[in-house]
Amino acid sequence: MNDHSAALQQQVMDAVQNASPLNITGGGSKHFLGHAREGQDIDVSGHRGIVEYDPRELVLTARSGTTLQEIEAVLAEAGQMLAFEPPHFGDGATLGGTIACGLSGPRRPFLGSARDFVLGCKLLNGRGEILGFGGQVMKNVAGYDVSRLMTGAHGTLGILLEVSLKVLPRPAASITVARECSPEEAIAGMSALLGKPLPVDGACYHGDRCYMRISGSEQAVREARTRIPGDVLPDAEKFWQELREHRLPFFHHRSHLYRIMMKPATPPLHIDGAWLLDWDGAQRWLYSDDDTESIRHRVELAGGHVTVFRGGNHGDTVFQPLSAPMLAIHQRLKASFDPNDIFNRNRMYANL
Amino acid sequence: MEDLRPFECDGLSVYRQLPMVVVLPETIEQAQAIMRLCHELKVPVVARGAGTGLSGGALPLADGVLLSLAKFKSILDIDPHNAMATVQPGVRNLAISEAAATYGLYYAPDPSSQIACTIGGNVAENSGGVHCLKYGLTVHNILQLKIVTAEGELLTIGSETLDSPGYDLLALMTGSEGMLGIIVEVTVKLLPRPQRAQVLLAAFDDVVKAGEAVGAIISAGIIPAGLEMMDRLAIQAAEDFAHAGYPRDAEAILLCELDGTNAEVSEYIMAARKILTASGATQVRTAVDEAERQLFWKGRKSAFPAVGRISPDYYCMDGTIPRRQLPLVLRRISEMSAEYGLPVANVFHAGDGNLHPLILFDANKEGELHRTEEFGRRILELCVEVGGTITGEHGVGMEKIDTMCVQFRSGELAQFHAIKAAFDPNGLLNPGKAVPMLHRCAELGAMHVHNGQLPHPELERF
Repeated sequence: MNDHSAALQQQVMDAVQNASPLNITGGGSKHFLGHAREGQDIDVSGHRGIVEYDPRELVLTARSGTTLQEIEAVLAEAGQMLAFEPPHFGDGATLGGTIACGLSGPRRPFLGSARDFVLGCKLLNGRGEILGFGGQVMKNVAGYDVSRLMTGAHGTLGILLEVSLKVLPRPAASITVARECSPEEAIAGMSALLGKPLPVDGACYHGDRCYMRISGSEQAVREARTRIPGDVLPDAEKFWQELREHRLPFFHHRSHLYRIMMKPATPPLHIDGAWLLDWDGAQRWLYSDDDTESIRHRVELAGGHVTVFRGGNHGDTVFQPLSAPMLAIHQRLKASFDPNDIFNRNRMYANL
Repeated sequence: MEDLRPFECDGLSVYRQLPMVVVLPETIEQAQAIMRLCHELKVPVVARGAGTGLSGGALPLADGVLLSLAKFKSILDIDPHNAMATVQPGVRNLAISEAAATYGLYYAPDPSSQIACTIGGNVAENSGGVHCLKYGLTVHNILQLKIVTAEGELLTIGSETLDSPGYDLLALMTGSEGMLGIIVEVTVKLLPRPQRAQVLLAAFDDVVKAGEAVGAIISAGIIPAGLEMMDRLAIQAAEDFAHAGYPRDAEAILLCELDGTNAEVSEYIMAARKILTASGATQVRTAVDEAERQLFWKGRKSAFPAVGRISPDYYCMDGTIPRRQLPLVLRRISEMSAEYGLPVANVFHAGDGNLHPLILFDANKEGELHRTEEFGRRILELCVEVGGTITGEHGVGMEKIDTMCVQFRSGELAQFHAIKAAFDPNGLLNPGKAVPMLHRCAELGAMHVHNGQLPHPELERF
């Protein structure tokens, strides 16, 4: 009843026949991300349901329209979690949209990204074929890694129908400590974590305070607490959730929100605006009125790249532009999955 | 001709072929010039690292260039502040961890050949090791690649930051077996050495109980750094060889390594001991010191050579299965072992479901290699049947090209070929490996029948 593959397949075949582009939608929670949508909506949200979940295998398989809320509730019952801590950005957020956008939350630098946890997928390509790649096992090197290629491709290569993910146990204990410091100190302190075997799974700098989340066994948390300075933050779970969901007061700014990826130890960039550093310093959020070109130029010089995450006008390139040879490979890959250019046209880059 | 001899095979020596020519460039520019020339002349190219691969992925072509990256062996940069290292592809896996040790850092994936295998080959094969459950495969531990394309163009894939713009080509390149580009530089992620590692050895009188103990540990929320299983024949061979202190009368042993901070390890060791005992272990031992921990591991790590000592030849398989299928798979392997009259020793990365049955045979006995290969193929088909895969970490290469027809239908295979064509339109990079041609599968009669229907029923099959 909740398996809509056949109907979706028919819609794709019709679209191919009529040469009419499709805009893939799920819960609609991430419409703000990427270039303007083109084509007729194809709604995947009804294609839902957890297909298989065995906590002992640490693997969950679900149809792409399944909401993150449902998946997370089922995992929590078994004491497990999606370790990449995906942001929802709305109640209806689906598994398919999350993987297509390749978004990860505060645990990302410590436990891995969305693509790191993808084990396999079933997809509908632009020829209307339903294909399966990867699987439900953690080690699998048969064939090219199409499932991870689909992660973060923003639906431009095909429609995800089903995704298998590795899941992990929730830590038995967790506390967050916070201390006041300068951005320079915060970056030094956070990047130092990279060289220390401490059970930290969250590190951000916001409003002159550096926050570190310590998670693991009871003993491990107690022991690590003595080695990480700061005061224990009450209601820490809410803090990390609001950070992940962009609901902290910081995210109430009105200007463009830029996502800036840097090597974690890179000193603060002197670009005017409001900054929040997450991911151990590797992912930096910036509200700025400077123009995108000039921000991009300065970030590139420092070895990073920029996404116009929210509020970009549609003339801007939302994602960091690709070099000509890289764009050519992207176009050829796109054509290999979607030869008639049906899916999410121009959503990532013009002419892709 | 004699100079070419060392290149005629990789770690899977049943396949041998002298290349037309071997080239050993020293710089990226030279590698680009070679690729440009081969592109112009339409000559196929097979890239080669240390040649330790176990699937014939680096097997040369009689009419092709063998491009060895043996001279690319410099560690270019270690950046402890950002916990990353940039190295040339011919650098040995273990050499990275050795160089990073000064900073308390290491490179996590540890294939058993890590003394010899190179990082370029590890990327091409998406190599694993015994710590994958907790620390992932090569794909989880690299940041950036430089590749030379089939046309000789130099491209940077991925970036020094945690993600990069565009498609995840880094994941696509990893494990692509030299089919999409020549890897000429690799930037890896480094991890801090855990404060402490401790290992438990548990013996069982029944492999099924050992398998259940694995599930029980994971259900309890413990992710061991390593979780290895060996069956009776493997235990005995390893014990005779390494004197690791394994109980020779056990039907199965589990090695369970826990790492982390001091307190964490103590807590998990206690918990894991309880679970193992409750799962019916006949004995559970904690390594008393680092020397005994190393000894426990030595037995496991020498399982292959140990088996090599009790049999003239052995053939190592590499399937992955959902862990819950282990009892069924072991039973079926043992039935097939009787049917073929060939003994099997099983070593198993139990944490991640990666099974290495070692089929014992004698290549000098007429027909035995052929029977062994058939037996091996049936084991891999069994892995697919129970929801697993034909290769967990050794790659498809030449060896499993036909078994790919069992795992994938024509639609997926056609998609793989289309991906390859996007990178290598003339099909000059390692042709004939990793992904079978559709007609090859059709001729084998091994086309996957799905819901009673052949894919593309409009096509004729032979």
